[in-house]
Order: sequence, then C-alpha cells, then structure tokens
Amino acid sequence: MSGYLMSVAVFVGIWVTLALSLNILTGYAGQVSLGHAAFFGIGAYTSAVLAVRYGQPFGVDFLAAILVTGLAGTVLGLPSLRVRHDFLVLATMGVNFVVVAVFKYVDFFGGAMGLVNIPAPEFFGTTFRGGVPYLLLVWGYVVVVWLVSWYISKTWVGLAFHTIRLDEDAAAAVGVSSARFKIYAFGISAALAGGAGSLYAHFIGSVFPDTFVFVESIAILSMIVFGGVGTLRGPIIGAIILKAAPELLRFVQDYRFTIYGALLVLMMLFQPMGLIGEGSWLWRNLTALFRRPAASQQPQQEVAQ
Amino acid sequence: MNKLRVERVSKMFGGLQALKNVSLETGGEILGLIGPNGAGKTTLFNVISGFLPPTEGAVYYNGHSLHRFRPHQIVRLGIARTFQIVKPFGDLSVLDNVLTGCGMPVYPSWRAFFRRYHTPLTEKAADEILELTDLSAWRDVPASSLPIGLQRRLEIARALATRPDLLLLDEPAAGLTSHEAEALAQLVRRLHQQGKSIIVIEHNMAFAMGLCERIVVLAQGEIIAVGPPEEIQNNEQVINVYLGRSK
Repeated sequence: MSGYLMSVAVFVGIWVTLALSLNILTGYAGQVSLGHAAFFGIGAYTSAVLAVRYGQPFGVDFLAAILVTGLAGTVLGLPSLRVRHDFLVLATMGVNFVVVAVFKYVDFFGGAMGLVNIPAPEFFGTTFRGGVPYLLLVWGYVVVVWLVSWYISKTWVGLAFHTIRLDEDAAAAVGVSSARFKIYAFGISAALAGGAGSLYAHFIGSVFPDTFVFVESIAILSMIVFGGVGTLRGPIIGAIILKAAPELLRFVQDYRFTIYGALLVLMMLFQPMGLIGEGSWLWRNLTALFRRPAASQQPQQEVAQ
Repeated sequence: MNKLRVERVSKMFGGLQALKNVSLETGGEILGLIGPNGAGKTTLFNVISGFLPPTEGAVYYNGHSLHRFRPHQIVRLGIARTFQIVKPFGDLSVLDNVLTGCGMPVYPSWRAFFRRYHTPLTEKAADEILELTDLSAWRDVPASSLPIGLQRRLEIARALATRPDLLLLDEPAAGLTSHEAEALAQLVRRLHQQGKSIIVIEHNMAFAMGLCERIVVLAQGEIIAVGPPEEIQNNEQVINVYLGRSK
C-alpha cells in the first residue's frame, strides 16, 4: 500500500470512530449534536499539550485525552439538559464555537498557529508514525469503539438510551432519569471522540484550531445520517464513504461540503433511515439476498395473487 | 400500606385553575375518577406522579410527602401510571417495551452498564406480564404496529413491569370494544386481588360503575361528590354536571 493510501486509511479509521461515538449520543440517546468536532478537538489538544509541553509519552496522552474529553463532555452536556430538540442543536453548536475560540485565543494552546512537533508514538524504542503499525493502532481503536457501542446496545443503559430518545415522559414513567442518561451519553460519546482526537494529533504531528470547527461537526453528523442513524453498521459505512471519497476523488475535494449537503437532503427525502439503516431499501435487499436466496420469489407471488 | 393522601392540592395554569383544593385519600381499593372533559382528572394524575408540581397543597404516599420527587423517582416508590394518549416506545418490540419497566432496579446505578437486558431471567419476568395482560401473541412485533386497543394494554403491561403498589390508569378503556373493555375490567380486578391499589380515570360511566368500589367526581377542578357507584349515579349534582342538564 502506498503511503498516500495508508494515510487515507488512517483518516478513515479516525472518522469511523468519530461517527460511531456520535452515534451513541445521537443514534442511541436521540440527542442531536452539532458540536462533536469540539470533543474531537479537546482530545487532540489534550494529547498535544501533554506531548509538546510536558513531554509525556503516547500512552499517557491517549488515556488522558479519553479521560479529559469524557469529563469535558459530561460538563458541557450539563447545560444541554435544559434544552431539547432544535435548541439542543443550537447549544451544541455554541459549545463547538466556544471550544474552538479557546484553542485559538489562549496562548497556552498555541493560538492560531496551533501546536506542532507532536512526537510520534514510540513503543520499545520504535516510532509508529505512518506505516502499517499506526494503521493497526487506529483500526484497533475502531474495533474497541465498535465493541463499546455493541455492548451498550445490549445492556440496560442502551435500553434506557432508547427510552429517552423515543419519549422522555414514558421513560420517566418506567423509572429512567433522562437527565442522568443524557449525561452518560454525552460523557461516553465525548470520551470516545477524545481517543480519536489523540490518534489524529499523533498521526499528523500538529494540531490547529481550524480542524475542529463547526463544519467538521456537520460532516460527522452527515456520516451517521448517511449511513444509518442508530445502527452499528451505518456510521461505519457512512464514514468510510464520505471520508474516503473526497480523499480519493480529487475533484470532489473542493465541493466536499456541497456534496455532503446535497446528500443529506437527498437522504432525508428518500431514505431517512440512511443507506443501510433499519428498513432502508439497500439493507432490505441485502438481507433478503443473503438470508434466503431461494425464497426470494415468494413475496412476488403473493403480490401477483 | 400503599396509602395515598392528596391534601388540599391546587394547580394553576396561568389564570386557569385546573385543580381547586382537592383532597382525597385512597388505598387498597379500586377508585374511579370521573368528570367531564377539562375537569382536572389527568392534571391530578400528573401531580400525583410528579410530572407537574402542585401550586398549593401536597401529596403523601405512605406518610411521606412526594414534594420534590421527580417522576422517575416516584415510580421507584411504587406508583406507576399510564398515559391517556398512549406513549409506547414505538421502535421497540412489545417485549422490549415491557422490559423497560423491568429494568427499574438497575437504572439508577452503574450496574446498568454491565448487565444485559435480554437474559432468561428478565425475559421470564416480562413474559409473565405479557401473559397476564394477554399480549404474548404480539411479543416480538414493534409496539407501533399494534392497534390502539393493544397499545393501551401495553401501557398497562409496561406500568406493571415496574412492580407498582399503586397503579394510576388514565382512561384505559377509551377506544376499546365492549368485549375488550370487559377483559380489561377483569384484568384490573385481578390486579386488585393481588393487593394493588388502583385509581382509574374513566369517561365510560357504565365501565366505571361496574369496576370501581368508590368514585370521586371532579368538575372544574373541584371534587363535587365521593361515594360508592350507586350513590354517585343518583347524585343530583353529578347528573347535572355530567349530563349538562339544567334544573
């Protein structure tokens, strides 16, 4: 694999984890957030600051990024408890703007020039920048995030997320505190995005405020909507397609957000459940194809009768 | 045990007085709550279950004030409710809807993160409730695909899953056929026999009269009559209010 394809694969992996982590907040718990890039940024800056200013090794940076971002998500999620729906979207947007402004105007974070010379991860005296090892590291994290998502969907906390997404009053009537579980969702979602931020910072070697702006949040939200909100497969496919396409098809790069926007409108109109979400055209046909190839003619006969 | 006391509760919505100095006491019975539209019946349920704070007065359950308890905490005390406009978790299966109620013991703690909700034990508990409410045949279909009559039953099933001592049913018979309503009445009687206290809001007079041991009549936020069904049926004031008949 060429170095270029390798780095595309690393980026795609990082954005898959971002999409999966937002999916816990938006797909499971139903809290639409347009501020996810802020948590990506907090993770990246935590790692960068620890590495550049305090010379901490990658392992420490990575774990700290997850912890600090999870904590930030919990704290920044608190004001969101008082707002629902459209106003929540606005509040999360606001969080994104504030976080980017802090990166930009506080000297400690390097200002607009960002933080540079973040060392590559080093294990047993070998550096990990680029190449297959880093690719494995990133996709290993993808597997971890997927497993966390999967496990949550199987446990009571996942069921509680479903209840607050579907009806907060009914959720309260079965004993679910929507405030508590929203905070859990914000915390988990942010923590996982923080890990992605750390992997990003150590791969690129530098962080700039402009990477974590509001439009990036839209891009991440587009990925899960495009793939299929709330499923374990949709965000992966959404992130792979929407992240890899602009990287691989040069002419798309300039029109990236135009295409994201157009895709979102089209998906909302024709496939609101996403490309391979539950009940979408593609998913229905795929499952029919693989599950019972012989029985696929049966429904047609019924229609004919 | 499971004694509910509503003490001089008033509720204002801006200039509208939805409840006016309402006091009642119940426990161990099937209590009917009737009254014309806008009488404040559902508002009273909302106050008892913590969805609305009373403007004045207080609600006591087993001697403890429910003041400042949030709805999800009141469920844990053993007061469960259904909604007049049904609120099933549409995307979830009928079984999962009932399981949401079974999960109450784990929701408040960290255990919720590490325990799966589909286990033989939890499914057994939910299946028993589906059996009791006669919903087993629809176990695995999404709740949103059920007709309204079954959705009403699912509301009750979900409330029962929280293992309440006091059950608040908000118009459970609305939109049911007479056959379905009779089955529902039987279910409510059975729950009562199991030792649950029940308050039923009902529009259907015949249904309420046949089911309840005692009836409270609300009109314009005030209790105008309390008593056994026969007495209520012959109460002049109730007839006036309910049928809008002038003297």
